[in-house]
Amino acid sequence: MADPFLSIQNVKKSFGNVAVVKDFNLDVGAGEFVSFLGPSGCGKTTMLRIVAGFEEPSAGKVMIGGKDVTGLKPNQRNIGMVFQAYALFPNLTVAQNIGFGLKVAGMPKAEAQARIAEMLNIIKLPDFGDRYPYQLSGGQQQRIALARALAPKPKLLLLDEPLSALDAKVRISLREEIRSIQKKLGITTIFVTHDQEEALSMSDRIVVMNEGRADQTGTPFEIYNRPSTKFVANFVGTLNVLEGTVSDATTGTVKINAEEIGLKGKLNGSKSGDTLSLALRPEAISLGRRPGNDANLTGQIADVHFLGSVIRVRVGVGQNFVSLDTFNNSSTPPPAVGEKTEISFSSGDVLVLH
Amino acid sequence: MSVQAVTGTSDVTAILPRRGGFAGSLSDLLWRRPGLLLFVMLAPPLLWLGVVYIGSLIALLAQSFFSIDEFSGLISRELTLKTYGDLFQPANLDIIIRTVTMAAMVTLASAVVAFPIAYYAARYARGKWKALFYLGVMLPLWSSYLVKVYAWKLILAKEGILTWLFAKLHLSWLLDSWLSLPVVGGNSLSVSFTGTFIVFVYVWLPFMILPIQAALERVPGNLVEASSDLGASPGQTFRNVLFPLALPGIVAGSIFTFSLTLGDYIIPQIIGTSRLFIGQAVYAQQGTAGNIPLAAAFTVVPIVIMGFYLWGAKRMGAFDAL
Ligand SMILES: Nc1ncnc2c1ncn2[C@@H]1O[C@H](COP(=O)(O)OP(=O)(O)O)[C@@H](O)[C@H]1O
Ligand SMILES: [Mg+2]
Repeated sequence: MADPFLSIQNVKKSFGNVAVVKDFNLDVGAGEFVSFLGPSGCGKTTMLRIVAGFEEPSAGKVMIGGKDVTGLKPNQRNIGMVFQAYALFPNLTVAQNIGFGLKVAGMPKAEAQARIAEMLNIIKLPDFGDRYPYQLSGGQQQRIALARALAPKPKLLLLDEPLSALDAKVRISLREEIRSIQKKLGITTIFVTHDQEEALSMSDRIVVMNEGRADQTGTPFEIYNRPSTKFVANFVGTLNVLEGTVSDATTGTVKINAEEIGLKGKLNGSKSGDTLSLALRPEAISLGRRPGNDANLTGQIADVHFLGSVIRVRVGVGQNFVSLDTFNNSSTPPPAVGEKTEISFSSGDVLVLH
Repeated sequence: MSVQAVTGTSDVTAILPRRGGFAGSLSDLLWRRPGLLLFVMLAPPLLWLGVVYIGSLIALLAQSFFSIDEFSGLISRELTLKTYGDLFQPANLDIIIRTVTMAAMVTLASAVVAFPIAYYAARYARGKWKALFYLGVMLPLWSSYLVKVYAWKLILAKEGILTWLFAKLHLSWLLDSWLSLPVVGGNSLSVSFTGTFIVFVYVWLPFMILPIQAALERVPGNLVEASSDLGASPGQTFRNVLFPLALPGIVAGSIFTFSLTLGDYIIPQIIGTSRLFIGQAVYAQQGTAGNIPLAAAFTVVPIVIMGFYLWGAKRMGAFDAL
């Protein structure tokens, strides 16, 4: 990135002798929405707290707007943070909560009032100024927390699993709301989540974290379709893995059970006799042969889940199982369990995991 | 299921045979009427509070409206405000002002000393440090109050360790100039108001630390982080977040330190000047002087002051966060 707004360079963090963040690098452009996605305990919160200034990195530095902020205290960084547990001040009203950052910055009262009203409008709770946090639902509280973080016009917005304490419906609507507010204000944002759907649907780019490292950084499309490590492939989306053996490295032939498929140009450097894991997304596999699908395997229907518009079918292929999705069709009943079947896919969709 | 059990007669009406005897029927009665059980359990403490405690308080209040006949020394049981007139004589008013001032200073100092200790215990102390904190705060409460006060008399005496320490640090001039001040000074710390003040603060400190610690314990750590993230300096975070949320604890603690100081008569007796505090005045009036009505009027003073104090604290919003 030519001129990143936020630049995290070689950051490491250990607590005692436990390394929690191991050599983390990331450049974020101005106005970009980047998600940290990873399982619980992989160091997402720690990395975010280093950016916010609540933790000091053991090594490396954090630059914001071209300035090194590594040594600055949180209150000197002009960053807005939204916490998982809302962290609203219970003794202050909604308006006083939103105005907190303005008050401590010494903004004149009238100006602060106007800004508070503006923020309440942005989060669509214009009449809630006089209430206390305990009188609000979780979703409302989190919107107030967002307004409070944005009121002092921070340069950077950090959100640490802001939706994980909310129920499913609120989560989805708030997801869209956060993204639209972020776009409207054009504020550079880092969003921490362990929910892949959240990350995929909201982000400009995703950083998939694994054990304190950024395993892969890319757009949702790249992360989903071209995962660069086995971990990323497994963590993001449902993945079918077939074990195969390279039978001829020069022609790219791979043997799965007794059948062979051609994976020319995908084996990068594997030798004949090597075992490989071949990964396929459910939507890349078809039931039966299809024009355009150059790889075919035989199997047996193990399970059928009727989900409405989609039918998810599990097919046993040798000792492996693959899941695939077919669309519901009112004139064709779903396949029966135990039926012999053929599955097909395009060799281009296969992810070879090393 | 066996047919016999369903069609059987009286022997299957209860799962277990009925327990006989008085205990059995009593337990059945209480089981069927939980309200009765509650009443039985609450009656003794309620009787105690209602009759013995409130009752004697009312008797005390009534006494203060009696008066003493100066010549015979007998109590006249006619309702009058004469005793209150005596109470507001300059000499007695002095005692009240002195006691209230002392109580206020002790409360203020206790809060200032207690806050950082409570803050450390609530936010940072974990595991064995927390246990050590509780031990350190509570341990002085387990030893005899009189022993502690006499120990302080030795510490504060002219030949005591404190004088020695000041001399060792070449600060004797500081101690001497403090003791030469009017009102707070004296011959030595042990016979000055400063000494009384120090011992009061020491003795009541746990009653201030524990409620503040409990209040701070309930402040989530991320509130402090949120405040700092929003640009607040540590001082602003203290004023706008920590202090308001700790206020109910401070008020609870100050109720203890303030009222305990108002009523105490042993500490100023052993450490301090010969000038009296309310507790000592009550002691003298009901004992040597035999003026029960004036003693009663003196004890009404702390009650009224505490009433105003709580009312003021409530108006300030000290209990809003409860
Ligand atoms: N202050 C701390 N002291 C010791 N260990 C910590 C501290 N904060 C986090 N950790 C550890 O660091 C690891 C990563 O934590 P965290 O960054 O919160 O993960 P995530 O947010 O991805 O779930 C966890 O194993 C956690 O126990
Ligand atoms: Mg976390």
